[in-house]
Amino acid sequence: MPPFDQQVASHRDYLLRFARLQLRNEAWAEDAVSETLLAALSKPQSFGSRSQLKTWLVGILKHKVIDALRLHGREVCVGGDSDDEQADPLEFMAFQADGHFGESPAEWGNPEQDLSSRQFMAILEACASKLPASQGRLFLMREWLELSSEDICKELGLTSTNLYVQLHRARLRLRECLELNWFATPRAV
Amino acid sequence: MSSYPFKRTCKEVSALLVAREDRELPLVERVALRVHLAMCEACPRFERQLLTMRNAMKQWRAYANDARDGE
Repeated sequence: MPPFDQQVASHRDYLLRFARLQLRNEAWAEDAVSETLLAALSKPQSFGSRSQLKTWLVGILKHKVIDALRLHGREVCVGGDSDDEQADPLEFMAFQADGHFGESPAEWGNPEQDLSSRQFMAILEACASKLPASQGRLFLMREWLELSSEDICKELGLTSTNLYVQLHRARLRLRECLELNWFATPRAV
Repeated sequence: MSSYPFKRTCKEVSALLVAREDRELPLVERVALRVHLAMCEACPRFERQLLTMRNAMKQWRAYANDARDGE
């Protein structure tokens, strides 16, 4: 088995993938991952052998990522989304003037095995990475860091109205992206 | 019937279903949602899409956090 520091370092790319997805800023992501690796290397004794090394590293990364989000506060939830300020994705769904669905939403089904497949994970991550930066960060804070809406507002000094508007847009965009790239796409079984 | 207190359009219901993923809805909205979903054909489909997404995110978290199926 390779020495501990080599094993730790070998997970750098994996960690960077999630840091990038969450932080949407190359420099912040690089820093968070470097700090994660340093922290891991400086306290190997705290790595309990009962968990996987990767799992342990992801746990450290999440703390470093939250530190970065806190540090960059206002920048996290503004910027990069200017073309999205006005648009509620609900407006692009097929609603009639009276608020009824013009076209019924598609039946996606809920195929457990499909959703845990590697191809689906790749599509999901691609769709999440295509969200406008601040929407993507807030969405990932909910879904990857598993922070409550209250905590996100507190960490970022964001009003709940603002947060809900962004999350609403992010979820609808993700829905559309998944529909286009997965659920509406015929696949070989 | 337009003054019926729980009356919501599909568009309003869709917004509530999305909002439900991130915050607890007030009681009156929860009732309105139920009433509408029981009568509507299209909205339960949209609800199922969101539940599928919720399930998908859960699977993704397990995949990302536990580093299963790792590279």
